[in-house]
Amino acid sequence: MRLRTTAVVAGVSSLALLTGCGAADMTKQASPFANAQGAKTVTLSVQSWVGAQANVAVAQYLLDHKLGYRVDTVQVDEVPAWDALSQGRVDAILEDWGHPEQEQRYVQDKKTITPGGDLGVTGHIGWYVPTYFAKQHPDVTNWKNLNKYASQMRTAESGSKGQLMDGSPSYVTNDKALVNNLNLDYQVVFAGSEAAQITQIRQFAKEKKPFLTYWYSPQWLFEKVPMTEVKLPAYKEGCDADAAKVACAYPHTPLQKYLNTDFAQSGGKAAAFLKKFKWTTADQNEVSLMIADQKLSPEQAAKKWVDSHESTWKAWLS
Amino acid sequence: MATITASSAPRALPGSLLRHRAVHKLLLLALAAAVLVPLANARWASGSWPDALTVDFSEPLAKASDWIIDNRDSHPLFLYFFGYVSNAVVISVHAVYLVLLGAGWAGVTALGALVAWRVAGVRLALGTGAAFLTCGLLGMWVPTMQTLALMVVAVLASVVVGALLGLGAGLSDRLDRALRPVLDTMQVLPAYAYLLPVVLVFGMGVPAAVLATVVYAAPPMARLTSLGLRGADKEVLEAVESLGSTARQRLLTARIPLARKELLLGLNQTIMMALSMAVIASVIGAGGLGDRVYQALASVDVGAALAAGIPIVLLAVVLDRVTGAAGDGTEGSGRAGWAYALVAAVAVAAAGRLMGRLDWPDVWIVNIAEPVNRAVGWMTDHLYSGVPVVGGTADWAAHFTTWVLNPVRDGLQWLPWWSVLLLIAALAWLIGTWRTALTAVLAMAAIGVLGVWGPSLDTLSQVLAAVAVTVVIGFATGIAAARSDRVERALRPVLDVFQTMPQFVYLIPVVALFGVGRAPAVAAAVVYALPAVVRITTQGLRQVDPAALESSSSLGATSWQQLRQVQLPLARPALLLALNQGVVLVLAVVIIGGLVGGGALGYDAVFGLAQGDLATGLVAGAAIVCLGLMLDRVTQPTERRTKKGA
Repeated sequence: MRLRTTAVVAGVSSLALLTGCGAADMTKQASPFANAQGAKTVTLSVQSWVGAQANVAVAQYLLDHKLGYRVDTVQVDEVPAWDALSQGRVDAILEDWGHPEQEQRYVQDKKTITPGGDLGVTGHIGWYVPTYFAKQHPDVTNWKNLNKYASQMRTAESGSKGQLMDGSPSYVTNDKALVNNLNLDYQVVFAGSEAAQITQIRQFAKEKKPFLTYWYSPQWLFEKVPMTEVKLPAYKEGCDADAAKVACAYPHTPLQKYLNTDFAQSGGKAAAFLKKFKWTTADQNEVSLMIADQKLSPEQAAKKWVDSHESTWKAWLS
Repeated sequence: MATITASSAPRALPGSLLRHRAVHKLLLLALAAAVLVPLANARWASGSWPDALTVDFSEPLAKASDWIIDNRDSHPLFLYFFGYVSNAVVISVHAVYLVLLGAGWAGVTALGALVAWRVAGVRLALGTGAAFLTCGLLGMWVPTMQTLALMVVAVLASVVVGALLGLGAGLSDRLDRALRPVLDTMQVLPAYAYLLPVVLVFGMGVPAAVLATVVYAAPPMARLTSLGLRGADKEVLEAVESLGSTARQRLLTARIPLARKELLLGLNQTIMMALSMAVIASVIGAGGLGDRVYQALASVDVGAALAAGIPIVLLAVVLDRVTGAAGDGTEGSGRAGWAYALVAAVAVAAAGRLMGRLDWPDVWIVNIAEPVNRAVGWMTDHLYSGVPVVGGTADWAAHFTTWVLNPVRDGLQWLPWWSVLLLIAALAWLIGTWRTALTAVLAMAAIGVLGVWGPSLDTLSQVLAAVAVTVVIGFATGIAAARSDRVERALRPVLDVFQTMPQFVYLIPVVALFGVGRAPAVAAAVVYALPAVVRITTQGLRQVDPAALESSSSLGATSWQQLRQVQLPLARPALLLALNQGVVLVLAVVIIGGLVGGGALGYDAVFGLAQGDLATGLVAGAAIVCLGLMLDRVTQPTERRTKKGA
């Protein structure tokens, strides 16, 4: 094996050196795993949360079974995914929660990324308490009363303050500033990843313990652990402009798709399909729940959904 | 696997002399402190690291990062240098990947088995074949090939770079002196710290992953090449020289062949380190098996994570055994065997091709995720909390956090900064030399200058707690294994597997058992570091001079007395080495613990990668490097014989 591969590697790289008298633009290099054996390949970015996995699973299933593409998926965090998308290492992001800075840089200035339209799902970030706790203490759902309950939300990690659990460091969050600016007796504890956060929430729920967590919808976990949002001071346009002074709730964001510009122009049927891909919160949750809770593989989950929603996806293929 | 051979040269240092020297050192240090501390105290306040002594790097780093992104497609440095590097990596990985896919699953399996047969015999050949088939059965064929393609390129590059550096260091004393401290340091740094700089330059993706892997995996090759060249038998060399050969002939005909064993050991270690890095590099878009583990963890799917983790372990075990056997084995017994093997492999590949069976058939995939998840679910349901008498795992974690982690962290952060430095100096000097003490103190001071004193002490507290637990369990297990062959035999396969498991796989079960926070990070670190500590302890105790044992038992010592008064003191160097390894390995995982709520430096590093905020990430990375350096130097015995493996 070594002999053959060395020969191939040596041959190919010397060829590259010989022919490469010009410039080598590394922002135009695709993934080495793409387009193997003449197969048409699409590389999709999967973010770490399950909703994004559901989008990708269904898109992958349809591209693979209906359009004959080979689909590679790469897990990249949100901001680096923009960079990878602009370099063509991934062809599309199917669910973006709003990154104005990157949009300015890559879409407006460099034009290496093209908007791909609405995903059809509206995202919202907020603070949540479990519904069983909100029913016993209805006033907990207003931020002004949160300090009253701080002592009940204590954990070993948060020490003498109440615990506000945040998720993955890659998610958009103003929570530290919010706790500070609203004078809350809480400590932000980062679970470090969404998986860790979900596991922790379910453990709390199993024991019917009170907790306060950063969470977002659409999210399949609401089906398993019903949670009620805590009202924060209302969101107004621009109230979150200065990250250190934020004292208002998170906005409602229509989630967006983005495509690599080259791919959008020459991606053929796959690009056209991804531009038309649009579904509802209920659809996404259905697939997410199958993946994360029933532990179906993303492919099985996608197949189940595709089999029962023909009219929805037929429109994307036309 | 780490091939750690703690050769304990029983030194008979009279206790009084040792104590005398220790007192001497401490007195000197106390004197220095008496002069310096009031000065420092007057100039800057005590307590946490003074602001006046920090330098804010985040602004220039953020600017550099922006500049790189804006100029990556236009600046000549990128177009004519990094672009080519990146291009070469992409093309080579692509080529290897195509070859592997073109050979089909049957061809690759046959080739692997036949190479193993030629190198290491029939048993390993069967094992290799079975390992490849298992990868297919688990539905991981394509990811396995992706990881393999990346590995082949990374290992080849590491071997070339490492061998060249080692050749230079082996032949030139000056280069050796210059390289050694650098290589020493590179081997104690957590893999995670390597990811950020390459991402800064190359962006997410395979090129960055391959380069990080090369930087991580080349040092053992360089070190062992140099060691092999230097260790060549003087008499043989003289004999060759007397035949009137030139320096180059001597190198090619005598020194390199004589260093064969070290070279192959270097290859073995390089492969093992490359594999562990290739998995971690999934965080920066390496794809392959690591990426499957990472994706599965995102949906709390321990079963799927395991399905991708098993092929990694199998690859690791097979590669380790085969290259290890190549190091021990005799020279290839005949070219004919190789030719047959090659022909057979090509024939199988061609047959697979003709039958149109290149891809692993979907119907042959066994789904293990579900039963595994059910088992994990049962465990968390029944062990998490409210277990009578002993309490649940979550209760333990809470107690551990409240009674151990919090006091240690608060204590460290409460200590005036200069006293932390003094403590480090005293410890490092007592265990090592004034040089190691100086490096340790400077590294810790650098952390202060970087402005991450608080989080670093937080991380340090987690490391200390984890090391304490590791050492207690590890020494106890090691002693048991050293005293009973049966225990050692039973332990060996367990240790093998645990040492090669990707660190990621540990994270989710510990969250399920211990919740979110610092306790699970510590637990994962303990599990990861234990095998090495147990191994070194066992070896060290077993190598204690049998004569010393016999004489003590003839004096009527009970076996407990024998252990305490003869074996443990004589194995002191090995025990210190075990401690040193434990510290280094624990740090590596405590950092990854940022993914499960470990906070502190690990969180900053994860945050930097996740938000593309490389300023935060790089500062945290540099602090991790300093912390690793400091911990290594503090625990470094005067004479370190062996190095960390995978």
